[in-house]
Amino acid sequence: MAFDWVQLWQETSKPDNVPILIMTAAVGYYLWYGFREGVRHDRLITQLEADPALAKTHHRKPYPFHPAWDKVVHTWPYLLRVEFLAALIVTVGLILWAIWLPAPLEPPANPTLTTNPAKAPWYFLGLQELLVYFDPWIAGVILPHLVLGGLMAIPYIDVNPLGNGYYTWRQRKFAISTYMFGFLVLWVLLAIVGTFIRGPGWMWFWPGMTWDAHRQVHEVNRHLHELFGLTDPWVVGIFGGLVTLGGIGVGMAVCDVIFRKFKPKTFLRQNLVQYLITLHLIVLMAAVPLKIVLKLVFNIKYIWVTPWFNV
Amino acid sequence: MAPRNDIDPTSTKALLEKAKETQADIKSKWIPNFFETPFWRSIFRHKIDETPRNRSLAVLSNVFLHLQPAKLNRDAVRYCFCWGMGGITFYLFCILTFTGVALMFYYHPTKADAFRDMLFLKNDVPFGNLLRNMHRWAAHAMIITTWLHQMRVFMTGSYKAPREFNWNIGVILLLVTMMLSFTGYLLPDDQLGFWAVTVGTNMARATPFLGHEGPGIELVKWTGEQLGVDSTVNGYNDVRFALLGGSIVDSNALLRAYIWHCVALPVLGSIFMIVHFWRIRKDGSLSGPAPVMLDSEADKAKGRR
Repeated sequence: MAFDWVQLWQETSKPDNVPILIMTAAVGYYLWYGFREGVRHDRLITQLEADPALAKTHHRKPYPFHPAWDKVVHTWPYLLRVEFLAALIVTVGLILWAIWLPAPLEPPANPTLTTNPAKAPWYFLGLQELLVYFDPWIAGVILPHLVLGGLMAIPYIDVNPLGNGYYTWRQRKFAISTYMFGFLVLWVLLAIVGTFIRGPGWMWFWPGMTWDAHRQVHEVNRHLHELFGLTDPWVVGIFGGLVTLGGIGVGMAVCDVIFRKFKPKTFLRQNLVQYLITLHLIVLMAAVPLKIVLKLVFNIKYIWVTPWFNV
Repeated sequence: MAPRNDIDPTSTKALLEKAKETQADIKSKWIPNFFETPFWRSIFRHKIDETPRNRSLAVLSNVFLHLQPAKLNRDAVRYCFCWGMGGITFYLFCILTFTGVALMFYYHPTKADAFRDMLFLKNDVPFGNLLRNMHRWAAHAMIITTWLHQMRVFMTGSYKAPREFNWNIGVILLLVTMMLSFTGYLLPDDQLGFWAVTVGTNMARATPFLGHEGPGIELVKWTGEQLGVDSTVNGYNDVRFALLGGSIVDSNALLRAYIWHCVALPVLGSIFMIVHFWRIRKDGSLSGPAPVMLDSEADKAKGRR
């Protein structure tokens, strides 16, 4: 099938999708910008580690320094001019954006005419995309609460005293990669998939494919227990429970082994509650992409089927 | 960018030298200087010649500026450290309040009027289209800057002691920002907003114990039976009904979205913002750029600075 440039252009040029493109570019840029600062600091840290005498006298920042300089500057004008400039740039940018691109306005709301696809606002499309892989009570209720709870827990479970107030990669490899995985893959990437990849009927359309609402996809959803030929509801429920809860347990055990081996200091600094919360959050966070892969690659819909809820 | 000499251009000493010249200049003027008049002094209460004292007073004696300290870490003004995303988020909130109030003059949150008001804004109101466009794009931009702000705070480890609680306030503000944008989505009463909110609130059907399609409703019903009360969860009394003020997205949902969007959430957000900004000052201002700590010093480090 020919590459459908028109379809691609229609989707990327939709006024409400333009912010996603801006967001993707901005996240990419600031990621590079932040890591560049991190590398700068890491280089200094490496240098000071190797030279304890220098570490005692060095000002410990990669920025220009002179002992005669004041350690502080006046807010007026040195900070306020930056803020004023930022406000000016944002205002002008916003006005130009508002002149260039009209806010979308579709036909009046009509409950009898369902749009296909019907999409949530772009910043929630990650959650809507999760609906493919989880039942609504997990995707729409449990997972968002876990995300908020997990974010709030971060300062209390991250016991690493290093890297407070400066960019660094080598001192916080685990924390930064975990956060970046959650933010970039589970939030930003899923939102991009939900916006640009999911077409009518929430079917998967690669970029360049025509969004054909009549497209037929022959996929047979299976449940994990069917692969093992289980039919009795009690056996199925207990099997699913064992797989799900056991999987979480095994995941935690594996994390525990890895932690003890590679992060002994972190392990020692955390108390039991902090440690268990960390393990839980990491395993649950890893379980989400695992379920996504199971669904996308193996068409497995549920791993735990009970009369009351399915996982 | 190596430092060339010992004289700090931002230092107190250099400033005082310069201020002397300005003072002499002001005194030599024949016509009274406007900035010396009682009128000016009644507003700003400090002189304008650039002495260190006046620079500090400019910030300290101003109700808006005293949100910030009079002096700050000389490296903190570098763009490469804090990216200014938090400040831009707040500025966008101000723009949104301004354009939002202006839009409220032209908008009725009723099924009969809402969409017609959109057309009115688009075609008849002077600058109505610009106003609506700015409001929408500022809302999207605010979401992006909030995310980037959080990313920066994470990458600099700024959530660590003593700023743990302020990070939590930030997470709440992230939620409030997205809910503000989400409630605003319905207000044009067009297909886009209607179906987006339908999709979004349909998830509430599945809330465990509280939604009529969620897991655990049998348990709620059973508990009710034991207590002798009717506790059937259905589409007319569950949490989704409470959100929408109905079983479908209709006039009550529009009114609820409007009130959340224009009154409740902005007030809630403002309260958390006040705490957020106040805590930045109380927790020792901007977290950095702090001097790097070496791996070998980690064990000596105290939890709190």
